[in-house]
Amino acid sequence: MADLLSSRNLRRALPWVVIVVVALVLPAVLPPFRLNLLGRFLSLGIVALGIDLIWGYTGMLSLGQGIFFALGAYALGMYLQLSSLEPGQLPEFFSLYGVKSLPAFWQPFTSPLFTGFAIWVIPALVAGVLGYLVFRNRIKGVYFSILTQAALLVFFNFFNGQQKLINGTNGLKTDTARLFGELVGSDAMQRHLFWLTVVFVIAAWFLCRWLTRGRFGDALVAIRDDEPRLRFTGYNPTAYKTVVFAVAGALAGISGALYTVQSGIVSPQYMAVPFSIEMVIWVAVGGRGTLIGAVLGAVVINYAKSLVSEQLPETWLFIQGGLFLLVVTALPDGLVGWWRQGGPGRLIAMVGWPPKAATYPSLDLDPEVQAEHSDFDTTPRGGAS
Amino acid sequence: MTTAQPAMNLLELRGVTVSFDGFLALNDLNLQLAPGELRAVIGPNGAGKTTFLDVITGKVRPTKGDVLFRGASLVGQSEHRISRLGIGRKFQTPRVYQNLTPRRNLELAVRGPHGPAALLFGSLSSDQRDRVQHLLGVVGLESHANQLAGGLSHGQKQWLEIAMLVAQDPELLLVDEPVAGLTDEETARTGELLCQLAGDHTVLVIEHDMDFIRDLQSPVTVLHEGHVLCEGSMDQVQSDPRVIEVYLGSETQEAA
Repeated sequence: MADLLSSRNLRRALPWVVIVVVALVLPAVLPPFRLNLLGRFLSLGIVALGIDLIWGYTGMLSLGQGIFFALGAYALGMYLQLSSLEPGQLPEFFSLYGVKSLPAFWQPFTSPLFTGFAIWVIPALVAGVLGYLVFRNRIKGVYFSILTQAALLVFFNFFNGQQKLINGTNGLKTDTARLFGELVGSDAMQRHLFWLTVVFVIAAWFLCRWLTRGRFGDALVAIRDDEPRLRFTGYNPTAYKTVVFAVAGALAGISGALYTVQSGIVSPQYMAVPFSIEMVIWVAVGGRGTLIGAVLGAVVINYAKSLVSEQLPETWLFIQGGLFLLVVTALPDGLVGWWRQGGPGRLIAMVGWPPKAATYPSLDLDPEVQAEHSDFDTTPRGGAS
Repeated sequence: MTTAQPAMNLLELRGVTVSFDGFLALNDLNLQLAPGELRAVIGPNGAGKTTFLDVITGKVRPTKGDVLFRGASLVGQSEHRISRLGIGRKFQTPRVYQNLTPRRNLELAVRGPHGPAALLFGSLSSDQRDRVQHLLGVVGLESHANQLAGGLSHGQKQWLEIAMLVAQDPELLLVDEPVAGLTDEETARTGELLCQLAGDHTVLVIEHDMDFIRDLQSPVTVLHEGHVLCEGSMDQVQSDPRVIEVYLGSETQEAA
């Protein structure tokens, strides 16, 4: 029995306790509005997991994940525009621009099966092709970041300008559409979407863990730390980077689709430059190279953002900037990294509480024993452990 | 392992010239290595020793000339292809993956398929596992096998990198300054290891440490200004007046 309560078992059980609370308790106690917010932020955790894969593990800082996020979001948005129409009808906005028949690329999105694949396959393909061309030419570091941001702007401007194809700046509304006969924006539907999001976050986490745990993950870390060295060992980094960038693209697409149905609209704003930068900040604050940190960062920062913005709308940008500065200067491994490296203990010790003893408290903290110690060793032992 | 004619050179450089904006790092360099040979390459700083390895491993493309491995040209091939052909390289400063354990460093290097699918869906064969375990023992890192390589001492990193090279099981090992920063005992053990490897493998060692080279008892090639100055045994080379002039001249500069 004591064994069951050992700190190691507790630590193992903790994530599952959190999951059960989030999935079962919160829907019962949170008002629909708050639950919906949490669901949206959890879905953002999936795009953050992808960024952690390519940035935290492989060392490629992409500022263009909004592209893949929006592609997944649009795929589902288009399906929902069509799904609740009578045969022969067109989505409303087409009539504003004098479009008489459904554009050809909309046709496949009448199929739920096609849409189910398109949400993640299209972003993955775009990411794979884009990534392959970039990685093959050995573009990396800051040049890669600039390139992804430029690509983001190209997509943003293109989607903004296409009134006749996808309703341009206005985007596509999803909350008035019907899914399985139920209004997407309804409370009951939103609760189901919340659970669906929880399932996808867990699945995405397992996928990322599988990718990063074994030798494949070691190769990613090797690319991050010393890519030329890996080439001389007979590895082709281009293949690895392309695969992992495509996976991150697929995750971003799924994330975008889940976010859209919980926000009620998809618009080119998903490809705005600041949004993609924010995604990177979530990962940095939560903890690069720790999967749970990416999800936590996305949820905590966004929840904080919405809470702060409700009270003091102007201050959020300063807080976000401050958080980023704090992480860059003091917590390079983010909050989770700081936690794992014993940060809380050090903080408590700073305030004056006794630190956890390294061996036996009776030895470590007994003044007499310590005095004997200092006969051999002049360095003080009380403070640091 | 090779089925080539006995007379064929494993590696051959023919008139290789490398020009960096007009500066000739290598100038009409010619060199042959026979299979199973152990060869030392020495030369003063700036003689082109590292560029010479860069040309063989595909990092630098020669401006002129050709590099042949088992009779086939390596020029224009990418680094990982050249590596897969059977050429391994150890770098001047130890380059191990600091955020991985020595065991995982070796598991990445060990000979076998190196594609993403193989690493994701395949697992290490028991042969590969044994090989990794064996090499950890050879370089004395068994007790450090599961802690991050970044925490190893300089000598341990050098040894780990040599072990990674051996794990690759290349036909040709290019070893750049393997004993820099090692203690005398470690140096002696490294020398023994390299001598053991020669025979099954072809080994080319670049080193500054003259005593170490002498102990290898291998033929020596002296590079100077990107060109082969002379070849021969250590004694022959050291009594060559040209070598004394260029080498000792720069040695005193180095000491200053």
